[in-house]
Amino acid sequence: MSAEKNGGQRADFMARSGLVALGAFAVMASAIIILVVIPKTMLSEVRASPELPPYTEVQLRGRGTYIANGCIYCHSQQVRDPAFTTDVDRGWGSRATVPEDYVHDRPHLLGTMRTGPDLINVGQRLPSIDWHLIHLYDPRSLNSWSTMPAFPYMFEERRPEDVTTEDRVVRIPGPRAPKGVVIIAKAEAIALSEYLISLKRQYPVSDSVESSRHLSLNVGGGHD
Amino acid sequence: MSAPTFPGPSSSSPDGGLRAGEVDAVAASRGLAPADLEVRLRADASSRRAVLTLFAVAIAWLLIGSIFGEIASFKLHWPDLLVRQGWLTFGRVRTAHLHAVNYGWATAALIGTSLWLMPRLVHTELKGVFMAIVGASLFTLGIAIGIIAVLAGYSDGMEWLEAPRYAAGPFLVLGGGLIGLSLFRTVAARTNDHLYVSVWYILGAFIWFPMLYIVGKWPTYNGVESAAANWFFAHNVLGFWLTAMSVGAAYYFIPKVLGRPVYSYQLSVVGFWSLAMFYSLNGMHHLVGGPMPEWMITTSIVASVFMFIPVIATGINLHMTVVGRFGALRYSPTLRFIVIGALCYTAVSLQGSFTALREVNRVTHFTHWTVAHSHVGGYGFVSFIAFGAIYYIVPRLVGHEWPSASLIRWHFNLVLGGIAIYVLALTWAGVAQGLALLDPQLPFQVSVQRTIAGLYGRSLGGLIMTLGHFVFAYHFWIMVRMPQLSRRNRPPFHDAQPILYTAEAEAARVGERVPSPGAAPVPAMRRADATDASSAQQPLQTPLEGGAT
Repeated sequence: MSAEKNGGQRADFMARSGLVALGAFAVMASAIIILVVIPKTMLSEVRASPELPPYTEVQLRGRGTYIANGCIYCHSQQVRDPAFTTDVDRGWGSRATVPEDYVHDRPHLLGTMRTGPDLINVGQRLPSIDWHLIHLYDPRSLNSWSTMPAFPYMFEERRPEDVTTEDRVVRIPGPRAPKGVVIIAKAEAIALSEYLISLKRQYPVSDSVESSRHLSLNVGGGHD
Repeated sequence: MSAPTFPGPSSSSPDGGLRAGEVDAVAASRGLAPADLEVRLRADASSRRAVLTLFAVAIAWLLIGSIFGEIASFKLHWPDLLVRQGWLTFGRVRTAHLHAVNYGWATAALIGTSLWLMPRLVHTELKGVFMAIVGASLFTLGIAIGIIAVLAGYSDGMEWLEAPRYAAGPFLVLGGGLIGLSLFRTVAARTNDHLYVSVWYILGAFIWFPMLYIVGKWPTYNGVESAAANWFFAHNVLGFWLTAMSVGAAYYFIPKVLGRPVYSYQLSVVGFWSLAMFYSLNGMHHLVGGPMPEWMITTSIVASVFMFIPVIATGINLHMTVVGRFGALRYSPTLRFIVIGALCYTAVSLQGSFTALREVNRVTHFTHWTVAHSHVGGYGFVSFIAFGAIYYIVPRLVGHEWPSASLIRWHFNLVLGGIAIYVLALTWAGVAQGLALLDPQLPFQVSVQRTIAGLYGRSLGGLIMTLGHFVFAYHFWIMVRMPQLSRRNRPPFHDAQPILYTAEAEAARVGERVPSPGAAPVPAMRRADATDASSAQQPLQTPLEGGAT
């Protein structure tokens, strides 16, 4: 847009509301094409690895619980390039995650905070559903330093005589265990735990997939 | 600190406006043609109801958002606080806070400011007043639905876009659209022949926001595409919605209060278009190192560095307009808030460019640094501009002065002190956290423990800010609802004696000839309101002039 470039000298251009509006629209439209439309076209060719099954129904419900309670505001789900960060050294994954790892995710839950640890491979590190249920009920019964919220509303407290064989009993260890009541996990706690233990992105990715992050137009990233 | 005082006899008419026959006298006392003053009076009268409604709504959201923010902040160092109800869990109140302050408070306050500015800037009356009021109501309803839905556990899941697409979306789209239409009709009906800088930004905001919202809420993204759309929206909603309206307001109020033209017209053009071009490509810097095509992130990093151009252009323009007149900050609360807002804009933007660099980002990404940064922008910049604008506009709508200088002083000191503590504490916590996370020898818990002191500091800063908001809300309430308390006929800080425009100093500064008396020395395009530039030369003692100038 030559008129835009010359805006400094062309006061008349900036005095015409229609042209200013049109220019504003055009600039934003081109940004949308560059950062949303082109990537969407390129990424639509990405396919999941055969080793990454779609989420089951329970896992999807658990994912819904993850979203509803805002887990994303403290937990990321991405391992960054080992050349750039220490995510891999920290044991959060064996490789950087790639777009293929997220094909089943709608919407993405990449996250922008690590007030808590990264979770994209939490199912590998902590595969026990019982651990997750205890941890959701009272994180500080397992890690005294933890600042994670407790989620007692995903559990029921019941008198021991009211517990049936179908109930998922959660045994809280240590001095923080509630006295005189039995803790029963509600369906949402179980689904959330099922979702968490399903989070694994450790299968090897081929070079071609690894390089999909560098799809054409590779103009930078000094480390690669 | 003394209690609020309400001195002075009233010289204003019972309804707060100018009596018939006063227009000529007031205009003459300020070197204006009566017709020019009429234009302004009609502009203000036309936007009055819509603007006051929006300000009231905005301030209500500010209080609600502050309380949610404080609860969320406490929870990060007292994690067993209020855990038994789902709607009070951290992930929900934090999001309710974000929506209440960004889409409730800041958006409503800046839309109100824009609705007041536009008729003044284009010398006409606000068109579609009813439309604007209906739009503001629908928009507010949409925000409320979104917040209630998030608290109840119905979230669309993407940051900044949590309000449910089909429950809150229609209200937001329709409400925002009606307000936009009212503004567009006002511009179309303009009676002057130039468009001042602020008009570009306000026009732009109302074109950009719908585009961003549609892109952000588009329902068919998969996997990391949704991350791209998410951060395209979430970053740009700051730059093209809140920043655009705030910069537009700063461009109006700084020259207006000081009674001198904007430093450079050319710089304002450069600033506007370079902001549009570079800011719009910034979003992916929220995903540095993430599983995205590398070129996208690199594009955003490069664009983030190029943000130096609009930021420095706008910064020079706004700051150079103030230079030599800092004394006026004592006199005008509007100027005090807006100049600090403008300084924070420069600071937060440079910090943002710096943070996008990979070497910095590997420490600061995923830490509280980002939260501190966003509060320099959302609060130090945007909210301070909104506070300043409200202090200027409301006296002109209700026809009397702010009742209490000390309440203004309390508000200013509390929010400034509060945000300073907030940002320093949280920035420090973020760096400590980031360095701990980068050292694989340190267990994760170290990165948690090192932030706790900073998080307490943040809660303290937030409490002080919240207190300031209650002072402000109380003052707004008595200003609007209890005019009998506002019996001053002078601005609250009138005794501070402003250092304002003098023709000789102005000529020396811009290298122009001393203008002949009464003649405007600078082109209209550089003046906040073509009929207004000379107004501040006169002592401002009319009830119309209000608290700011």
